[in-house]
Amino acid sequence: MLHFQKWKVILVSAIVLAGFIFAAPNLIPASALQGLPNWIPHRQVNLGLDLQGGAHLLYRIDEKELVEDWLGTIRGDVREALRSSRIGYVDLAQNVSARSVSVRIRKPEDVDKAYTELRKLAVPVGNDVFGGFSGNDLEVTKSGDKITLTATEVGLNDRISSAIQASIETIRRRVDAFGTTEPSIQREGRNRILVQVPGVSDVQRLKGLIGETGKLEFKLVDPSANAAEIALSKKVPPGSELLFSDDDPPIPYVLKDRVMVSGENLVDSQPGFDSRTGEPVVHFRFDAAGAKRFGRATQDNVGLPFAIVLDNKVISAPVIREPILGGTGQISGNFSVQEANDLSVLLRSGALPAKLTVIEERTVGASLGADSIDSGKKAAIVGMILVVAFMFAAYGLFGLFANMALLVNVALIFAVLSLIGATLTLPGIAGIVLVIGIAVDANVLINERIREEIRAGKSPIAAVDSGYSRALIAIIDSNVTTLIAVLVLFWLGSGPVRGFAVTLTIGILASMFTAVTVTRMMVAAWLRWRRPKELPL
Amino acid sequence: MFRGITFIPPDTKIDFVGQRAITWFVSAFLTIVPLVLVATVGLNLGIDFQGGTLIEVKTKENPANLADIRGKITGLGLGEVQIQEFGAPDEVLIRIASQPTEEEQQASIAKVKGALGDSVEYRRTEIVGPTISSELIAGGTLAVVVAMIGIMIYVWFRFEWQFAVAAIASLVHDVTATIGLYALLQLEFNVSSIAAILTIIGYSLNDKVVIFDRIRENLRKYKRLPLVDLLDRSINEMLSRAVLTHVTTFLAMLPFLFFGGEAIYGFAVAMCFGIVVGAYSSIFVASPMQLILGVQREAFSGSPSAAKDKSEAAARA
Repeated sequence: MLHFQKWKVILVSAIVLAGFIFAAPNLIPASALQGLPNWIPHRQVNLGLDLQGGAHLLYRIDEKELVEDWLGTIRGDVREALRSSRIGYVDLAQNVSARSVSVRIRKPEDVDKAYTELRKLAVPVGNDVFGGFSGNDLEVTKSGDKITLTATEVGLNDRISSAIQASIETIRRRVDAFGTTEPSIQREGRNRILVQVPGVSDVQRLKGLIGETGKLEFKLVDPSANAAEIALSKKVPPGSELLFSDDDPPIPYVLKDRVMVSGENLVDSQPGFDSRTGEPVVHFRFDAAGAKRFGRATQDNVGLPFAIVLDNKVISAPVIREPILGGTGQISGNFSVQEANDLSVLLRSGALPAKLTVIEERTVGASLGADSIDSGKKAAIVGMILVVAFMFAAYGLFGLFANMALLVNVALIFAVLSLIGATLTLPGIAGIVLVIGIAVDANVLINERIREEIRAGKSPIAAVDSGYSRALIAIIDSNVTTLIAVLVLFWLGSGPVRGFAVTLTIGILASMFTAVTVTRMMVAAWLRWRRPKELPL
Repeated sequence: MFRGITFIPPDTKIDFVGQRAITWFVSAFLTIVPLVLVATVGLNLGIDFQGGTLIEVKTKENPANLADIRGKITGLGLGEVQIQEFGAPDEVLIRIASQPTEEEQQASIAKVKGALGDSVEYRRTEIVGPTISSELIAGGTLAVVVAMIGIMIYVWFRFEWQFAVAAIASLVHDVTATIGLYALLQLEFNVSSIAAILTIIGYSLNDKVVIFDRIRENLRKYKRLPLVDLLDRSINEMLSRAVLTHVTTFLAMLPFLFFGGEAIYGFAVAMCFGIVVGAYSSIFVASPMQLILGVQREAFSGSPSAAKDKSEAAARA
């Protein structure tokens, strides 16, 4: 009992020392930390959104829209394939709920050929980690003269995955433009994206920027149509469509269906000011193909208006004064400086593949976060003082040993939290305090056991020895059961609740170490030093 | 040298299990009344489980003019709206019932912000859509069940099945009693309440396992002692530890009730209550259950010294 192997003492002391060293940066303000030399640990505990303020936004991608888009593409592919093989067809139709496109072949002798051609449209998708593929994205079947192409589950999952991936990239570019520190954007489950932005104050603007699809189109205005009349009668001439501006009241425009150039051809967009009027505008630049198409379209339509359409809303409809051949231009539309800035970010970041809907939103203002830190700190400190005082009252010197172990325990929690980059939340602070209670329990168990052994007539050293070893089983069993509940909590929870589970898990593991090993070494050192005839317990 | 105060004398001989006629009644009361409360009064479900919108604002005037805010918001046609003071006289919590679609839910926030304008500071906004709320209900229930099963398996593995059953029975008791408290005080029941319940499960079990451990030890030691006396003896031996542990944990949590702020108040109330209920059920539910289930002494056969050697070997390992 009294003698520990040297390596054990060194190891335990090293862990304790490391705990204090890596916990220490949390005591220093971040600004002061910047000025310190590099060899000093700098990592601090990340504060959760509930303490720091910020936005937690859970988005769901519109699966129906993805399916519709996809079926539209399949229809185009079918048309193309049959035309190029000169096969006559009728009734080319799509069925969104069945996720399928069907077509009837005119001549019975063409059916087999068409079937062979259309089967080529199906491509293998869903490569798994082993390099094999899990199936084709389309299932092609025929019955009589009818051929049906059905989107498979694997194919759909693949589509959703790549749409989510593309959305995450787009959102990242948009959020980065917001200039906040360390946003986190990640996929959740099948069709969701979780966006967490700490320290953001204007959440409404953030949501506007993320949620906007950002589909930009340049279309010609139909010069023969009277927009005001058509807006009332709803009789839109074939080949045209009726769109509105974002003004109040909205101004109707009748535009040609055909897209002159779309945002896909955009390579850059920057906010700026009009050189003549000085109003905020967005400057844009097309790639080579886009510049060519835009040049040709403007050349053919000098003197006519065209419309700049964002997400099916007309931003502006200027008249083409001269052909625009350089591939650059500007969008004006009574923007404020901020609106011009946001629009340029939107255009630069590219369009989202499908609409995103917020299904969960939790935002905390910075002032509430600061208040929560204050109240959490205060409660935790008072709680710790009460526990420390009580332990001393109950066990005297042995209580002091337990209290020192407690200090080590708290330092270890902060050290591990800082090192693994875990997040401290308000419930997490409560978790630390709860750990203090649990950690003390281990020492209570040990000390009570030692008292029992003394009453049974054992010598101080023998009493301490069997006190520790006998209490150990109870300590392990009881902590494992708590851990089971806490791990379930981690698995279930998100955000603050998960933060609670993380601190509790680290704390329980640290408490088993400190209560059993650290106090034991302290008690042993004390016994060796004082050689007491009886224990002060 | 200061030895510390002995709060609980070492040789108590309290007849805990002997009083089981009374304590069974109390335990049954603590289990059934909450269920009745939940069925009649109901839980104050938060937006986590019900869906909806919650906006916490701080008003510029102190105290807040609740009537004015209510007037501005009820005209918006958002369905059921609750407006109440929250923590401080100038802090107001606005709760709006779930809207039919997620888009309308987003619009509801914009409407409220439009109506209140810059007259208030928006401290917190939470929107939980219908998909998420039903997932959270399922997840929360599943978590409690999985935790219980996991614990039961562990206790069964480490002790005997009787202990596992007793542990689960007393945990059910603790959980229903805690849920009853939520219904009684009409505290908001949300995801952090599930966290509180799971923590209470873990913490309360911690305590039961310590007593089980002593019962097991005594079953080996006192082969002829009647089970009732053996259980009482085990509880009395662990009484000092139980009281001290619960007092320290309770002392640690207590400041959160007073200084922790509104955000964590409900959690702190549940935890403080759970600590007390857990202490009660360890002594008055988990232990006397052994009488009903009939612990088999043969399961712990072997000479006491052999058992001791075995446990010490385990301790060293």
